[in-house]
Amino acid sequence: MPQFAALLRKDSQPVRYLVVDDSVFARKNIIKMVQLFGGEVAGEAGDGLTAIAEFNRTKPDIVLMDITMPQMEGIEAVERIVRQHPEARIVMVSSVGYQENILAALQKGAKHFVQKPVKPEVLYEILRYVLSDDPSAAGAPVALAGEHRS
Amino acid sequence: MRMDLIQPFINAADAVFAESLQGPTKIGDLSMEEGAYRRKGIAALIAIKGDIEGRVILDLAPEVASKVAAILTGTESADEQIARETVCELANMVIGNSVTLLNDQGYTFKVFPPEIHTSDEGLRGSADTEAMVLAIETTCGNIFLNIAMHHLARRRRERDLAPAVR
Repeated sequence: MPQFAALLRKDSQPVRYLVVDDSVFARKNIIKMVQLFGGEVAGEAGDGLTAIAEFNRTKPDIVLMDITMPQMEGIEAVERIVRQHPEARIVMVSSVGYQENILAALQKGAKHFVQKPVKPEVLYEILRYVLSDDPSAAGAPVALAGEHRS
Repeated sequence: MRMDLIQPFINAADAVFAESLQGPTKIGDLSMEEGAYRRKGIAALIAIKGDIEGRVILDLAPEVASKVAAILTGTESADEQIARETVCELANMVIGNSVTLLNDQGYTFKVFPPEIHTSDEGLRGSADTEAMVLAIETTCGNIFLNIAMHHLARRRRERDLAPAVR
């Protein structure tokens, strides 16, 4: 795995992520990547309904959201989260990457889209871009992941 | 069998396995299934609904599934539960990428979450359903895709070009 400069909030704290995917395997994979980027896992969810509850509970900086899930799909969960929290930053992570899906997610308030299988360097650049739009977070990398931050 | 429908599955499977396993892959045997397909080991089934409807099964022998899971989780070995989750997620990625390619050709779909397929028999062809098995050779062993689907509607482009019925 390549090394990545840590993506931090403006207050130099790690970015907190909510990882939403019905596959435990996929969640573990994404969690490994965000930890590689110096991030922290605020919560996990396996469906859209749980994702909404976890968002309200943990108030993460970024949500990484799958689309195809049981009970409530990712796009509907995005719509509900953004309706309540317009400042929410949600990145869709799905293997189904056709235009209608991407447009629907963006129209409901998602900030970006990453197609599976996820390449760490692609996810990193997208997170950096999404964070750079956040007045409370520093998109610019300030330290290497795993390095001591003072 | 319409190859324009099958080719996206072949391309997606090849790309997903090459990327996930970080090794060479080769498309092996491709056969039509007129008789019953026999499950090889750990299999995940995904249902597709839309302009084309059907089901796809991704099937790995237990030892192959275990090797693939170990690579993807970065561990020396993987237990059966992890192997099952790995097969489901691989199926999700292959089918998701396939329907993305088919959508670019004008077909629209809804894909359902993968389920572990426990029946010993897979999907066989019928008068209205074409079924085939594709073997993908990887460094971990062969991975099988059992695809069965039938057309329900013309693709968007054809519908758009068709004169309006008065």
